[in-house]
Amino acid sequence: MARFDINNLPEHEDDLDFSDIEERYQLSFEEGFDNIVVVDNIPLVDETKEEKLLQFLRKIFKNVGEIRENHFVMPKAVNEKGKLMSKGFMFIEFETAEQATHAVKTIDGFKMDKSHTLAVNRFTDVEKYSAVEEEFQAPVEEEFVEKEHLKSWLADELGRDQMVIYRHNEVQVLWNMQKEQPQIAHNKPHWTETYVQWSPLGSYLTTFHAQGVALWGGESWKKIIRFVHPGVKLIDYSPNERYLVTWSNEPIVVPEENNEGPFGPEDNGNQIVIWDVKSGALLRTFPSLAPPGPNARPTVSWPVFKWSPSERYFARVTPGTQISVYEAPSMGLLNKKSIKIDGVVDFEWAPSSAADKSGKPKDDMLAYWTPEVDNQPARVTLLNIPSQEIVRTKNLFNVNDCKLHWQNQGDFLCVKVDRHTKNKKVTYSNLEIFRVRERDIPVEVVEVKESILAFAWEPKGERFAVITTSDPNFTSATPGSTTLKTSASFYYLDKGKGKDTLQSFKVIKTLTGKSCNTIFWSPKGRNVVLATLRSQTVWDLEFYDLDFEPLESAAAKVPTGGEKDPSAYLQLLASGEHYGVTDIEWDPSGRFVATSASMWRHTMENGYQIWDFKGQMLYKESLEKFKQLVWRPRPKTLLSKDQIKNIRKNLREYSARFEEQDMESSSLVSSTERARRRQLLEEWSNWRKRVEADLASDRAAAGQQTAAVSADDEEAEEVDEWIEEVIDEKEEIVA
Amino acid sequence: MRPILLQGHERSLTQIKYNREGDLLFSVSKDHVVNAWFSHNGERLGTYEGHIGAVWTVDVNSTSTLLVSGSADNTAKIWDVSNGKCLKSWEFNTAVRRVQFSEDDKMVLIVTEPRMGFPATLQIFNVENGLTEPISSEPLYNFLPEGPKITVAAWSALNRYIIAGRENGSVVLIDAESGSIYSTNKIHELTITDLQMSADRTYFITSSKDKSAKVVETESLEVLKTYSTDTPLNSAAIMPKVQEFVVVGGGQEAMDVTRTSSRQGKFECRFWHKILEEEVGRVRGHFGPINTIAIHPDGRSFASGGEDGYVRVHHFDDDFFTFKFQI
Repeated sequence: MARFDINNLPEHEDDLDFSDIEERYQLSFEEGFDNIVVVDNIPLVDETKEEKLLQFLRKIFKNVGEIRENHFVMPKAVNEKGKLMSKGFMFIEFETAEQATHAVKTIDGFKMDKSHTLAVNRFTDVEKYSAVEEEFQAPVEEEFVEKEHLKSWLADELGRDQMVIYRHNEVQVLWNMQKEQPQIAHNKPHWTETYVQWSPLGSYLTTFHAQGVALWGGESWKKIIRFVHPGVKLIDYSPNERYLVTWSNEPIVVPEENNEGPFGPEDNGNQIVIWDVKSGALLRTFPSLAPPGPNARPTVSWPVFKWSPSERYFARVTPGTQISVYEAPSMGLLNKKSIKIDGVVDFEWAPSSAADKSGKPKDDMLAYWTPEVDNQPARVTLLNIPSQEIVRTKNLFNVNDCKLHWQNQGDFLCVKVDRHTKNKKVTYSNLEIFRVRERDIPVEVVEVKESILAFAWEPKGERFAVITTSDPNFTSATPGSTTLKTSASFYYLDKGKGKDTLQSFKVIKTLTGKSCNTIFWSPKGRNVVLATLRSQTVWDLEFYDLDFEPLESAAAKVPTGGEKDPSAYLQLLASGEHYGVTDIEWDPSGRFVATSASMWRHTMENGYQIWDFKGQMLYKESLEKFKQLVWRPRPKTLLSKDQIKNIRKNLREYSARFEEQDMESSSLVSSTERARRRQLLEEWSNWRKRVEADLASDRAAAGQQTAAVSADDEEAEEVDEWIEEVIDEKEEIVA
Repeated sequence: MRPILLQGHERSLTQIKYNREGDLLFSVSKDHVVNAWFSHNGERLGTYEGHIGAVWTVDVNSTSTLLVSGSADNTAKIWDVSNGKCLKSWEFNTAVRRVQFSEDDKMVLIVTEPRMGFPATLQIFNVENGLTEPISSEPLYNFLPEGPKITVAAWSALNRYIIAGRENGSVVLIDAESGSIYSTNKIHELTITDLQMSADRTYFITSSKDKSAKVVETESLEVLKTYSTDTPLNSAAIMPKVQEFVVVGGGQEAMDVTRTSSRQGKFECRFWHKILEEEVGRVRGHFGPINTIAIHPDGRSFASGGEDGYVRVHHFDDDFFTFKFQI
């Protein structure tokens, strides 16, 4: 600061620089009582021992922070015996509030000796809790506000399904209009930051944000609830949407002060959170599993927690050691300990816990497998939860890898086993099929000589499809670089004749020379799409029907009475191609298939196409920066089996009505379309008239004739062009 | 509709133009040559040689006597159409991007690029009686339009305005005498690649790298129609007669083409209904992006010039003339 010049004072007092004075006479303000702690349960001592005790205590508290001079105070009083005794508590003032907090955290509960356990509290806390009113005041009951019906979209008169489309930064919920452009039910730019996900019954649309996830739904698409979890990347719902599991790659950081988030200090560093969807309550947080080795990169196999179909249990596997089963909603570990299984690799819950005859729900069941260790064979085990009773085990030899595939009703479990020959040079696969509903759970082995690329059960059915390959590129090449030659096989459960013969799975048909590598069953079964995904050159789609009824005339040729060939019912309905297809999904009704090309994989011709189950392309839209299309799932039908049967029987009646509706709507659309076109043409011609008149008057004003225009009206001149070509010339002398 | 292939250029086409009657077609390319063709059979009438750089632009006057061409050799030249003689060569500091005769053939507008410290210019030269008298080297007007680079320009009716398209996707209305800017409208997201006037110059069509083409009213610069495609567009033209169509063309950038299959290139001329904004058809054939499209003044044929170095002249089939949109 320059010495100020008395002759050159600023005009206003405000402009004077007082900073040097302020600096010199600065006062340190009391920061409040946040840095003071109260220590309780100190032994009562007289003056003789006081010094020793204080020294001892100072030693303990010295480590957590700097104690202020003369702020290490133990009050004393004269007791009834007339002796000066300490009162058994003391005050300590630290330099900072953080140090005080640290002291509370670390020293609270410190055992001095058998009868003295130190209790350390913040001074302000003591104040706060002593100020609590004595009388209990009941919280004010909030008035009931009716919420929107979360399943309103099911009441659509035309029974249409919804889908959500995410492109660029815009999210749209659309009605599938078959051949027409989908109708917008709701759209919102910047609705999500990364992607969108439906809940399993379709009630909620989940959007992702840096701060957490938000759930939307109802007719007006209002925000229903949000869950704060910074950096959330992955979510998973329990099967009936009661719980939500979120995962973030950033461990939770709980601020020590002004903690407004849902997390408490015990959640620090955890990455997985389980929420109650309806109440929004935080139920429990879990840490991610530590990577297996010190140098191993942490990987996440999602979902980490798998839910039992009853939602009563959820479990996760710690590869190699254990499966931890937790109970919901208490979130406690079942029987207070994990199930130790040496070497366990993976497990899957049986998808449905069917009620037994008395109507009481059966135990949930899970299947897990352990690989070969030393002389122990690999083993697949079925385990009941919560009884932990082992229902069935099966030993397997020469195993490379296993995959567990449950049929969606839990009737069958297929274990796809990749095996190697003794010298470990050739690998091949076979299928071990557990018939879970039968007594003793018989296991059937289906030998497949080739390597299996894909396996899928028919939903609600007894059939499955596998795609196999013997292509030498299969193991060597990186996926996607070459298109493998594959073959697809369909299997069915041959019931046999009479009761004595064994049931077994047999091949319906094997289709060879294909390139497909993925199987998409219709959610209603029967129809299947085989597709070639992740290839650079092939984008084939093939639509099959497994219950194809041949026409009467063709059927007559099949010898009646004899064994009907099941392959006669397998029919390729259509094959198509969607250039650049990356994702395929059936709509929940099993009537339509959406194929999409997402910019997440490549940027060529992004967009989507809607097909019907017969393989006819209905609608196609190319959208730049298209990212995602997901059908809105439907909850389980409320119709009983008899009702469904009844509808099947009277299908003809219904279909007549629907066809009428379709006709009506299509003629309605075309008439409104025609009206729109007429209007556009009219607008244009009106505009033209106006503009032409303006121009004519301008030209007249400029003293020009409408020269440029009149020139166009000249009669076109017809020019005939004759081309003569001499092909041959000969001279003949005529006598 | 068997196309006639005009194989007279060795490098990619930059602009093609019909004369007023439509019997002649002029084409320029990066190979320094201006070609003149008979449009009905594709026979070459002759060449105009003299440029020593890529020729970016060409125009012919309404009586088909004078031809103007602009080139990357920093010159614009006036040619005698009938004998190929160069009547005048103007020298500039930078490359010439766009030339056009005025409606009354008395003037020529010339757009030069900004480069190496030289600003972009928009100059107007007097070429009245250019066939018989010497043409002045001095421009009538020399405007220095500020703002983003001008890529395309055209005269309005009565030579009142010059409409220019800019690199940032905006169009501007410039007074042809004072050079002052009347109005600006940013109608595209990316650079405007072509701007062609309707027959009476009351509206025009623009094409842009932002994959859309738009019909715009001249006076107000108001967008009347939009045609959105899935590929960057290099050219757009309005069909003057027969059908209310516009033709747009383009394709993936030449530098990106080798990375994808030919199917990906989208090197097609697309026909859109001008009023209903609906696509009605496509014409394939080029194996590189389409750089320029011109439509015969009587609406009976059209021509397209591509990065592949070919001009394809298509005469429409009979059913094109009888085609009617359902309304």
